[in-house]
Amino acid sequence: MSLRTRQTSGWSAALIVIVICSLFPVFWIVMLSLKTGATVTDGSLIPHQWTLSNYSDIFKAGIFTSALRNSIGIGLIATALAVILASAAAYAIARLEFPGRRVIPVLALGIAIFPQISFVGPLYNLWRQIGLYDTWPGLIIPYMTFALPLSIFILSAFFREIPWELEQAAEVDGATPFQAFMRVIAPLAMPGIVTTFIIVFIICWNDFVFATSLTSTTAAETVPAAISQFPGVSQFTLPIGDVCAAAVVVTVPMMILVLLFQRRIVAGLTAGAVKG
Amino acid sequence: MLVGPAAIVMIAVTAYPVVATIALSLQRADLRFPTQNKFIGLANYGHVLGSSVWWSDVLHTAIITVVAVSIQFVLGMLLAIAMHRTTVVRGLLRSVGLVPYAIVAVVAAYSWQYAFSLQSGWIPKLLGLSSDPLSHTFGSYVAIILTEVWKNTPFMALLLLAGLALVPDELHEAARVDGASTWQRFVRITLPLMKPAILVALLFRTLDEFRIFDVIFIFNQGQQGTESLSMLNYSTLLDRLNLGLGSAVSVMLFLFVGLLAFLFIAVFGAAASPAGETA
Repeated sequence: MSLRTRQTSGWSAALIVIVICSLFPVFWIVMLSLKTGATVTDGSLIPHQWTLSNYSDIFKAGIFTSALRNSIGIGLIATALAVILASAAAYAIARLEFPGRRVIPVLALGIAIFPQISFVGPLYNLWRQIGLYDTWPGLIIPYMTFALPLSIFILSAFFREIPWELEQAAEVDGATPFQAFMRVIAPLAMPGIVTTFIIVFIICWNDFVFATSLTSTTAAETVPAAISQFPGVSQFTLPIGDVCAAAVVVTVPMMILVLLFQRRIVAGLTAGAVKG
Repeated sequence: MLVGPAAIVMIAVTAYPVVATIALSLQRADLRFPTQNKFIGLANYGHVLGSSVWWSDVLHTAIITVVAVSIQFVLGMLLAIAMHRTTVVRGLLRSVGLVPYAIVAVVAAYSWQYAFSLQSGWIPKLLGLSSDPLSHTFGSYVAIILTEVWKNTPFMALLLLAGLALVPDELHEAARVDGASTWQRFVRITLPLMKPAILVALLFRTLDEFRIFDVIFIFNQGQQGTESLSMLNYSTLLDRLNLGLGSAVSVMLFLFVGLLAFLFIAVFGAAASPAGETA
């Protein structure tokens, strides 16, 4: 009995440590974002003077709102394109026999581990020549370089698990091939597709290398790049309050995704890695 | 064919930059002096390999990679075991663990930078420091590595957790009956059976850590002797606008990462497979 209670309290302590370590930096940046300009550098964990002015400031200044629009638009388009193309490819990898079938996921993974910064030089050069520098397609295209391989890798791991015989079973029962696909296979494939979509979107949303190298104005600058360019009130003050408020705004959607889809995200992150 | 569109896009968006990088690396291509472009063979590579900056950045990157991945591995293993053992609050633990993973790296870097900075942070206050830790090399490394560890340990833990789930409980039961201690069971049963998962986790994290960029960019843009290879690559390409030299750095970085992946799989893969087969 006493051993058991000691074990339980040991586990509870471990859990509390994990929760604090994981969330403390988020808590810190939220608190910083709520401090007034005069107290933001006082180093206290809890603001002495509370304010929401940092939030109203960033939404009033055009930089952040356009960056938010760019982040959402570019992220969604790049992710959608990658997942649609990758679904077709992963379907073929899971179902059809063709040469190179086993090589493609490995090749995709190989591409995904390349240092992104290595792609920046030629893209910067070409984009300036053909007018894609500082545009949405100018970021969507490079995002495909990592979104597509990763999507193929995760999706083919998911699609391998689908019991494809069900499709024939449905056709035997009188369904047309289209009906069999829509009614039987699509619902089975959907969780994998949604999971891949979320993971790839998180990665696009996170990107800083391409965003800071291939954009320069509000036309296409995404939030991570924009935050790093926030001007201070004067050249000697750091824009801490604004940076933190913007940081909190881009973190909230990620927190919601993680809370809603934690089981799926974990499955997606580990599916490819372990079985592949 | 269904693979067609994806394959074409993939090749277009990756093969073009790869080929163009290699081509650019063989030229004198400096955007500040566009009229002086010409083919100069391997001269850019000679320049890179002959510069002390390249080699010291290799060292910086290696230090950050080795220290950060080692700490992530130890903490990630503990976190994975905690996630594996708890049943009641597993969902909560997973959500909480995924927060650092999902957070934008730039945001994580700012949070830790402001925490470490003497001007605004709680860390100097807590430790009673009188000088800014971020103005020293050692303090900067501690801050950068801590940020990387915080952000990436959950991902390491998830990969290890997947491996942990493959270890059959019966083996542990049998060993326990035979009198093996918890530590003995961990070293003799869990670790060997997890080798493939450990290999994958270490490989992913090492290759990712080796291209560290965002966090260093936000902290100090490579000041205080923390410039990484990706940072060097960025500044050569986009601050100095020297595309030829920058591309040579890119190709070298490429080769480094490829070599690292190859060594990893050759060394650890060979060590992992016999154990996996006997088990």
